[in-house]
Amino acid sequence: MLRVLKSGFYTTIQDIGRFGFRAYGVPVSGAMDSYSSQFANAILGNTKDAALLEITMTGPTLHFLEPTIIAISGANLQPKLNNRSIKMNVSISVETNDTLSFGRFYSGFRAYLAIKGGFLSETVLGSRSMYKPITRASILMNNDTLDYKSSDNNQKKLNAHVKYSKDSIETDILDVYRGPEFNKLSIKRQKQLFEIGLSVSKHNSRMAYQLEPVFKNALDPILTSPVLPGTVQLTPSGQLTVLMRDCQTTGGYPRVLQLTEKAITVLSQKTTGNSLKLRLKDV
Amino acid sequence: MTYNIQYSRFSDCSILIEWPAVIDDFMLEKILNFKNYIQNNYNKQNIEVINTYNSILVIYTLAIDNINDEILTFKALFSEQREVVKSESIIWEIPVCYDNEFGLDLEAFSSSKKLSKSEIIRRHSKPIYTVFFIGFLPGFLYLGGLDLGLSLDRKTTPSLNVKKGSVAIGGQQTGIYPQDSPGGWHCIGNSPVELFNSNKNPPCPIKAGDRVKFVSIKKAEHDDLLHLIKMSEYQLKSIYTNA
Repeated sequence: MLRVLKSGFYTTIQDIGRFGFRAYGVPVSGAMDSYSSQFANAILGNTKDAALLEITMTGPTLHFLEPTIIAISGANLQPKLNNRSIKMNVSISVETNDTLSFGRFYSGFRAYLAIKGGFLSETVLGSRSMYKPITRASILMNNDTLDYKSSDNNQKKLNAHVKYSKDSIETDILDVYRGPEFNKLSIKRQKQLFEIGLSVSKHNSRMAYQLEPVFKNALDPILTSPVLPGTVQLTPSGQLTVLMRDCQTTGGYPRVLQLTEKAITVLSQKTTGNSLKLRLKDV
Repeated sequence: MTYNIQYSRFSDCSILIEWPAVIDDFMLEKILNFKNYIQNNYNKQNIEVINTYNSILVIYTLAIDNINDEILTFKALFSEQREVVKSESIIWEIPVCYDNEFGLDLEAFSSSKKLSKSEIIRRHSKPIYTVFFIGFLPGFLYLGGLDLGLSLDRKTTPSLNVKKGSVAIGGQQTGIYPQDSPGGWHCIGNSPVELFNSNKNPPCPIKAGDRVKFVSIKKAEHDDLLHLIKMSEYQLKSIYTNA
């Protein structure tokens, strides 16, 4: 078990999400940056669906009450164990009474803390990913306790040979497919979409990222239709919105583009004011 | 009748199948028929299949390697499927209390539509609605079949907190809010029934293709039902019909 001394800005438990419940209107959820989260789990030899912490911008302070092994990937939030800097993307042994904390965020926006065997929080509809009202809690709070299986922290058997790729964090290019309503835009507007400089507005969350500037268009709303994480909607007022992991399952705005899975991980590491470029993926 | 159907890649791991952009009960039956057929006969890998008014979205757990191969697979499934004769369809009876206490917008609705409250209630609880799909919120039913005399544009400024169970009208649609939520529809009543419970599987008793009828109840009955639901001693009433 560990105790949350400080919860940080927005820390949640995530795994690979809820598969199979969209027909009931349940968002898929799951880690925003699927590459970094799966990398952290892989370092520890965890299964792909092991639950970990998604840490946003400002990290939590965690007090471990049992020995274990952890790994941190994704954004560099300057992690420290007992006030000493620790490396990212490697396995780290943790002893009883060790305290993990974080400093200022240095690169990226979301870090992932994996723990040997995964966090053992409640599973609802096949996933531990926090999403209210499916789960009781929507974020970690001060004084919460989190269960994990106490583990021998002798690391003989663990070695990660794969190198973490900083691509998601360093690039500003989003690869996209044409969305179902892309062809309703005039040819001129279609070209413009790839030429304007875009940036992340202050309205960005696990549900959606709104982009700036306003993109004028003459598209009408559509019949409510399926949407996915990565769907780029365009409202009549010109708001470009990229839906993210906690998005609704259906929507009524034209779907002009669709981000690739890689592009969703890239956007997950961006925050207010970061600039972006769109690049059309040929199919 | 045959429809023009289009197959396309939607994302790294999904394929979109689209019918013409109309809301139509007959077309819904065709779509649900194909959705069922896919679910029962596609066995290459684990997929999730959802539908809306005029689409099916097939979602894979992994990125699709050969999109053309997969599209051909679905085209083949489409042509080999047989028309399933629908033997029965479920009609769910949803109790609604239309008292002013719950129908916060009923007064305003009545004056803008120039219809008496009792006429609104009569017209709203008369049709048998079709559940086209669930979306927007967990357990939010997209219902077709609203009396067009009751259609009213959404509020220009949405309400910040529409209460769980609110029965509302927005444009040509009507629905029930399964949880507290911001919303732009006009609230005309409240249903005590629970349309979504994440501790149950399936979490929502109603599914696409089912039918729904609203039954007007008094405030006292609403209170009683709420109590029974809290004690887990209530089951939503359903009638099976040969449709």
